[in-house]
Amino acid sequence: MTVATQSPRQAARTPSRGARRPGRGRRLVGRLLPLAPALLLLAVFFAGPLLWSVYTAFTDMALSGSAAVHFTGLTNFRRMFSDPSFVQSLELTVLFVVGSAVIGQNCLGLLLALLLRGRRQVIRTSITGLVIGAWVVPEVVAGFAWYAFLYKTGTLNSILGHFGLSQNWLYTTPMLAVILANTWRGTAFSMLVYSAALSDVPPELLEAAAVDGASGWARLRYVTLPLIRRAIVSNLMLITLQTLASFGLIYVMTGGGPGTASSTTPLYMYQQAFQFYQLGYGTAMALVLLVLGALFSLIYLRLIKLEDA
Amino acid sequence: MSAADAVAGQPAVPVRARRGRRGPGPAAGITSPARGPAALITYAVLALLFLAFLLPFAWLLLSSVETGSGLSATPTWHFTLANFKAVLNVDTVFRPMLNSLILSGGTAVLTVAAAALAAYPLSRFQLRFRKPFLYTILFATGLPITAIMVPVYSLYAKVNLTDSIPATILFMSASSLPFAIWMTKNFMDGVPVSLEEAAWTDGANWFQSLWRIVLPLMAPGIVVVFIFTFVLQWGNFFIPFILLLSPDKQPASVTIYTFFSQYGQVAYGQLAAFSILYTAPVVMLYGVLSKFLGGAFNLTGAVKG
Repeated sequence: MTVATQSPRQAARTPSRGARRPGRGRRLVGRLLPLAPALLLLAVFFAGPLLWSVYTAFTDMALSGSAAVHFTGLTNFRRMFSDPSFVQSLELTVLFVVGSAVIGQNCLGLLLALLLRGRRQVIRTSITGLVIGAWVVPEVVAGFAWYAFLYKTGTLNSILGHFGLSQNWLYTTPMLAVILANTWRGTAFSMLVYSAALSDVPPELLEAAAVDGASGWARLRYVTLPLIRRAIVSNLMLITLQTLASFGLIYVMTGGGPGTASSTTPLYMYQQAFQFYQLGYGTAMALVLLVLGALFSLIYLRLIKLEDA
Repeated sequence: MSAADAVAGQPAVPVRARRGRRGPGPAAGITSPARGPAALITYAVLALLFLAFLLPFAWLLLSSVETGSGLSATPTWHFTLANFKAVLNVDTVFRPMLNSLILSGGTAVLTVAAAALAAYPLSRFQLRFRKPFLYTILFATGLPITAIMVPVYSLYAKVNLTDSIPATILFMSASSLPFAIWMTKNFMDGVPVSLEEAAWTDGANWFQSLWRIVLPLMAPGIVVVFIFTFVLQWGNFFIPFILLLSPDKQPASVTIYTFFSQYGQVAYGQLAAFSILYTAPVVMLYGVLSKFLGGAFNLTGAVKG
């Protein structure tokens, strides 16, 4: 972010028309000039709010009009970790990420990629088309579709009713409901990543393993998986990042309820900041989410190489 | 194609892998048993997954064209377009969709313009800070935008920018910029520098060179970045939900939610019809996008960042 804040200033200091060879300094400024609009946008609307959130998190800022904002130090953070609802929301977030991203999307995506490998074109196209369709649909619509699917008079229950298994899924198992919905919605990404990675596994290795008498499972476990290790880890990082801050889907399906039974940290944050007008407290939670996201993002960065940069 | 490959920029999706993805590859014969009970199990699992992915759509598709539909996808075999007729008016569909178009279109234009400019020096010049800058950009693509929304709201409220469409577009652009810069830079790397050298000799400056030579050559890449940004913002619920307060400024993603939650007795058939109208543009644009990227599989490269 140092770059983001310094360069526009630098560019503004020397008026330059991207001149061709007017000495080193001016040439550099000319070369940096095209970066200015993007840097300006990023500095004002991206880095700005980030820094603002660091400040706000240490204050008692509220939406309710009181003009006086006090610096309260670590109060918000202390309150947060002694707030059972917040701790519960963190647990639910972890459950949501592990259940829907790490287990659901990741494993189902790998399974689909493995099963679809070498199938007939018709089968591949129809299944990938459908799975990608679930991914392309806007999250609010996906939320409606799953709400209707799991509702007490919904599709699933009218099927399960024949077996006497129907119940109000959104009330009895709200976390399972949103985990399934998010798995449905996000599997396409993992499937695409793994299809690409699998097609890069040299067939000779699998052939050799087969000749040596390795079973299908052994070939997967000892040949294929180690070879696509990199794709697995970067996929896990990316879907974790996408799932961590998921809001719309849960908000539409359960609204965090019943009670707080499916209130993950983004929903609890929204509730505290915008329904109870505790901006400072909400921002402190946002900061916790950001730090979590930043950690995953850093791990992801370490995994990929910028080839020529 | 080569440009799409460049987007990947990752060992997970190498160039080589792009070929022969259609149809059974050489590995197929070995790893997928084409006969016997194993094949039967495979097809059974695939059929089951197909159903599992299809069923949640069923309600959406069926109740949009049926009368008096509730929340179950039980076909009543009374098909009608009444639900679509009922929602096709200014307040329910047209104005929110126009707002969506303004928000996503404005964001996509601004993002593509700023990203194309920013990508030029990053792709063309040897700059000392290029590597840390690109790392910062990649890092920023991973940050959860949802978490930034609370501070953004309090910042916007301080300077009276809430409920303003242009201000919302500015924030949406900033949030989509890191990934757009990353994609555009990779597309631009696919255009050989040698083509520009002639122009430089003739005295063209960087802008002429970018505008007349580089951008036309990477037009497909620009289209991809544009559509990608547009589609993401079309579906964006949280940002406009927080920043736009008056109903006549809100995009379809938000009004469709209020449509669902405000009234006691929800007209579910109309909700389904509205959902389909709202989803259709995204699905069409995705079709265009996958054409440009040479098949759906290559999108992975573009989506990873």
